[in-house]
Amino acid sequence: MNKNLLHIRNLSIGYGSKIVAGDLSAIIPSGELICLLGSNGTGKSTLMRSICGFQPVLGGLIVIDNREVHQLNEKELSKQIAVVLTDRVVVPNASVQELVGYGRSPYTGMLGRLNGMDKIIVARAMEQCGIAHKKDSLLTSLSDGERQKAFIAKALAQDTPLIILDEPTAFLDLPARVEIMQLLRDIANTSGKSILMSTHDLDLALQLSDRLWLLQNGGPLITGSPEDLLLKNAFQKMFQHKGIVFDNKTGLFKVMHAQHSQVAVKGHGFEYVLLRRALSRKGVRLVKANPEDCNRLEVNKDAQKPFSLYVDDQCIQSEDSVEVFVNRVLAAKSLLEVQSESRVLSE
Amino acid sequence: MTPIFQRKSVLIPLSLGFLLILAALNLALGSVNIPIAEVVDIVTGKGSSNVIWENILLRTRLPQTIVALGAGMALGVAGLLMQTLFRNPLAGPSVLGISSGSSLGVGFVLLVAGQVWGFSFSRLGIWGDLAIITASLGGAFAVLALILFISHKIGGTLSVLIIGVMIGYLSNSVVGVLKFYSMEEDVHNYVIWGLGSFSRMSVDRAYLFAIITIVPSLLALFLSKSLNLMALGDRYASNLGLKIKRARLLIILCAGTLTAIVTAFCGPIIFIGMAVPHLAKLVSRTSNHLYLICNACILGAATALLCNLLARLPGMESELPINSVTAFIGAPVVISVIWKKRKENF
Repeated sequence: MNKNLLHIRNLSIGYGSKIVAGDLSAIIPSGELICLLGSNGTGKSTLMRSICGFQPVLGGLIVIDNREVHQLNEKELSKQIAVVLTDRVVVPNASVQELVGYGRSPYTGMLGRLNGMDKIIVARAMEQCGIAHKKDSLLTSLSDGERQKAFIAKALAQDTPLIILDEPTAFLDLPARVEIMQLLRDIANTSGKSILMSTHDLDLALQLSDRLWLLQNGGPLITGSPEDLLLKNAFQKMFQHKGIVFDNKTGLFKVMHAQHSQVAVKGHGFEYVLLRRALSRKGVRLVKANPEDCNRLEVNKDAQKPFSLYVDDQCIQSEDSVEVFVNRVLAAKSLLEVQSESRVLSE
Repeated sequence: MTPIFQRKSVLIPLSLGFLLILAALNLALGSVNIPIAEVVDIVTGKGSSNVIWENILLRTRLPQTIVALGAGMALGVAGLLMQTLFRNPLAGPSVLGISSGSSLGVGFVLLVAGQVWGFSFSRLGIWGDLAIITASLGGAFAVLALILFISHKIGGTLSVLIIGVMIGYLSNSVVGVLKFYSMEEDVHNYVIWGLGSFSRMSVDRAYLFAIITIVPSLLALFLSKSLNLMALGDRYASNLGLKIKRARLLIILCAGTLTAIVTAFCGPIIFIGMAVPHLAKLVSRTSNHLYLICNACILGAATALLCNLLARLPGMESELPINSVTAFIGAPVVISVIWKKRKENF
């Protein structure tokens, strides 16, 4: 357990003479779920295709099970790496069971017939991916999530130590994304297979993967456990962009809004956080009210209508809806203090 | 659960029975009315008192039936191979330009020979037939070799398809030029060849034809694993251990040979190769080519027999050109399949 299944050393990838990314080094230990992250155009797909042996590398080494990937023939490679691609293939008349059965091709004879053992492996793969109840359905009749499960089951049936998935969650809705990621997590845990997937779902990747590969434009590849990368502030560098800030504590991005005015507020708690968020979106920053502020907002979470607007120490309005309250505040121009610094970014 | 008639154990015997009935009808029906009992006697070798009937059956209907059977089978399989390889429901045996190559070969013999040596091949009898067959095979295999070379040199399946179609256009344009400068009689002969026919062969040659079409059709069963994987797309196929280039070469070689043989002996038969794969996929709900090829064999033979039967229905003075009948049957089949799919998918 935990030996290294795959090594990448000083790899350069690209097409012809054009290097997309160079100086890439990484490892895939056995039984780990690894997420490859990177902006569009950094060469995520090219890296995946190079590892799968679909395209030649421009330099460096990819070694799986002590052998160089590009020196293995199709048959040998098909027993090492199984892939799930982003391309939406339409296979006329293919049922889920047939597709998963094709995953056994590296092991079947000339006519491709499945023996008893193959059939058991196929059934088990469909069971593990939670698609067994649809085994006789046509692929064309499945939802996107179910399709993805069927293709993952195909990769499982191929019985390889490494499974590579190119953006398996790309076309899925949020619940289906979480489900697919959990399924992959579960496969890595129970089967000891290594899984490498590319994704844009940073939050899910941080929570579910053992290791992240961050591909920067042109390389190199920054790798490590999500926690270590958080410690090293790797994400800030990676996603440097105006108006986006990565919060190491939550592992989430924060969108910063330009603020042009501010208003005094008294109060705290969940209601306060919500009000701050809603006003921030409109360009209004909340500041803590001093005792002498006679124009202010008050948040009282115990009141029936928690949001109150005070003008000259008189409560002129109380609301229980953030939306209505925010509109009221924005209408009361006298309340808002226009800031001298033109644009201040804040959450 | 699949409906009972779609289960493999029921379907194959059922369609084989249907095929036998069609073959029997091809023997029994025709412009001359021969009693069924006599037909049975003649075909089983007991002979008949009526020599004319015996001649009609053994020299016309029997070879026609055998040729239709072999040709239909070969074209059905070739069409299926092409549709899977190119992942295109409109592909057929003719997409690689092989039948155009045949036409070009035959065009040279029928049209140029008349100009250069001043005689018509059609007057040469058996030697003329052989010359046409040889020219057709020559043209077809020349194109096939070219396609295989291109397929080996370049990667993409789509490029092979486009180049095949372009070769088709090129040969058609050369044939057009040849026709323009040819004698009227030669052009007439060429047009007749182009209409296709199952009735150009003696019974001996029909048996030979049956062997060289049915055997490669059945050999295609050994390509079924490659075809299953090719249907998933080149990347998945390669990831599942398939040597893509070799598989593609073998598939093109098999389909090309079948098309070349049928075109050489029967002329370019249209539509069967395109329509039959749709029928084959319609009757059994599977993507496994082991079954699809069996279906294409049986249904291809059955369709050709049906077309042959319709081409010379009792009561008609002469035979219709076979290609008019195949298009008449094939087009509605393709339309109805597309229609049915449309309903399923949405």
